[in-house]
Amino acid sequence: MKENTPNAETGLFTKKVSRRNMLKTAGVGGIGVVIGASGIGGLLTLSDTRAKGQTKDIVPFYGSHQAGITTETQDNLYFASLEVTTDNRSDLIQLFKDWTGAAAQMTAGNLVGEASLNPNMPPRDTGEAKELSPSNLTITFGVGPTLFSKDGKDRFGLKSKKPAELKDLPKFPLDALEDSWCGGDICIQACADDLQVAFHAVRNLVRIGRGKTIIHWAQTGFQRTKQADSEKTTPRNLFGFKDGTGNPDTNDGSEMNEHVWVKAGDGPDWLVGGSYMVVRRIQMYIEVWDRTILKEQENTFGRHRDSGAPIGKKNEFDRVDLEAKDSNGNLIIPENSHMSLSRGDGKAKILRRPYSYADGMDPKTGSFNAGLLFICFQRNPSKQFIPIQERLAKNDKLNEYIVHRGSAMFACLPGVKKGGFIGESLFG
Amino acid sequence: MKKAKASLAVLLSTSLLFGCAQENEGTKPADDKAKQKSVSKLDDVSNEYREYAINEIEEFVKATEEFTAAVSAGDSKKAKELYAPARMHYERAEPIAEVFGDLDPKIDARKGDVKDEEWGGYHRIEMGLWQENTTKGYEKYAKQLMSDVNLLRAKVETVEVTPDLLITGAVDLLNEVSTSKVTGEEDRYSHTDLYDFVANVEGAEKIFELLTPALKEKDAKLAEEIQQRFDEVYALLEKHKKGDGYISYTDLKKPEVKELSQAIDALAEPLSQIGIVTEGS
Repeated sequence: MKENTPNAETGLFTKKVSRRNMLKTAGVGGIGVVIGASGIGGLLTLSDTRAKGQTKDIVPFYGSHQAGITTETQDNLYFASLEVTTDNRSDLIQLFKDWTGAAAQMTAGNLVGEASLNPNMPPRDTGEAKELSPSNLTITFGVGPTLFSKDGKDRFGLKSKKPAELKDLPKFPLDALEDSWCGGDICIQACADDLQVAFHAVRNLVRIGRGKTIIHWAQTGFQRTKQADSEKTTPRNLFGFKDGTGNPDTNDGSEMNEHVWVKAGDGPDWLVGGSYMVVRRIQMYIEVWDRTILKEQENTFGRHRDSGAPIGKKNEFDRVDLEAKDSNGNLIIPENSHMSLSRGDGKAKILRRPYSYADGMDPKTGSFNAGLLFICFQRNPSKQFIPIQERLAKNDKLNEYIVHRGSAMFACLPGVKKGGFIGESLFG
Repeated sequence: MKKAKASLAVLLSTSLLFGCAQENEGTKPADDKAKQKSVSKLDDVSNEYREYAINEIEEFVKATEEFTAAVSAGDSKKAKELYAPARMHYERAEPIAEVFGDLDPKIDARKGDVKDEEWGGYHRIEMGLWQENTTKGYEKYAKQLMSDVNLLRAKVETVEVTPDLLITGAVDLLNEVSTSKVTGEEDRYSHTDLYDFVANVEGAEKIFELLTPALKEKDAKLAEEIQQRFDEVYALLEKHKKGDGYISYTDLKKPEVKELSQAIDALAEPLSQIGIVTEGS
């Protein structure tokens, strides 16, 4: 029903508005705004920052690699997998250009677009991040195999550029994948120390893409905040265990080059400096885990719960000895433990950057709908993630308590220099 | 029917645009001429839209006469046939029709929108026809509906259409689609939501069509983009045609609903930029 309020004194539209009134109404104080003599002006523009003078908590957007990969993990994630609906190549290129500009603005703590004071148009920026700090926001773009070809169709003249490594992951034993959580043509990973800032980023990018892309699936993620853990110890997953102890060192450039960044000769040149991202949406049977005895829990992970130390050791980072046996000759760390199988011979490493999720209740069962949005980066999935996951899917003791519901792979594009755009090397 | 929302005072003809134009009178003669030209252009558009809307309301009166006559005569088969096509005239002209905050709920309220004892109009009769499969006891609602629709026709003459109304009206029509038609909540007994859907889109397209010349002067690319998105929505709707009308909402598959919803979003986003026509050049 409509509340009809034909009151001449309310609202901008209902009466003559002088230029001065218009400025007042628009709330522009002390900023020079030029209004054309022709009414409400051409474009009323002013550069608009979210939180004035903020230089802290900014992760540089421009660089040889995209941010959000080796960046220290932020508190929150908003992840979106998109489908491209346009079939026009130049529209797609323009979209990446528009996204690049908006991402550069948002990660620097600015609002999207130019501020327009035309009251007859929706604001350019959606507004919910106004006054909020940059919050270490990073926005990472990736492209999925279906962007190159779908149902045998070369969609954007990119088919010949598709890397051999970029394809659907093989079906692993026990996978219970749901189409609605799998794949995607493009991904946007927004990480920030504030969920509202992360959501704002994806929302505005999706808005810019409206008519050219649609959301295929999306997921929020969290981990303990820096505020809650100022020591920045290894975060714990929802099973209460430390997750990420064995990660390669993101501060070690040569280790990143070895395991994470695609090198010349690895595949097509356009991806050099980029990285392959694997995403798995892993549901955790929270209630089942909660009734599992401690010894069993620790045998499942291969680590002590409290310290994070390998079973039999004292400290989290103590050397892992998978051969160690007890007095009866049994392995101290069970060979079907998660850690043991993940390691294998220890040569293949992936950079894990997972977030927990909690999406309310599963209406079917009344259980928590919660788990892990597992995200990892690597140079070569068929030598890194895939063999590790094959071992885990076959034998991991953890499989009693989890199930993989979603799966996707994206090639995260190389970084961008000022004046360029994300995807330039791919479309060039 | 529209959900509660502060309305524009459309009865006032002085829009922001005209206000500014008048304010500047005599200050910059050259600009002023150009301004007046564009103002009168938008003025013409508003008058054309007024004609369109009044014409739709006139058709709505006729269709409601037939519909209520069928209900009063106890011919539920005929009433069912007439229900959805009749409503389309109202849905096309919704930005104007719902200006009358007292009449809109009487004609178009859904169950729960108003107190049960006050509930009448199209959807009340819809419930009788489809859920109870009868017209019995609904004669009084038919009579009341006819008198409310006649009153609407009389009142609609007093509406002065402003550019503001057009600019917000076009997107509002699509918002109606997004919030009630695409969800199947509008015609929950007859499931004829797609008729209302189409009519809302047509109403929005009419406004766009009238504003297109002005829009092309400001941003030809935007005009082109909006037209393309309208075409895409119509192409999707075409798939759900059945005879002269449309399939039941209940025959839409879940992905088809999503597809329609996303197509409306894709259209409404650029359409929301048409306010650019009010900017001075």
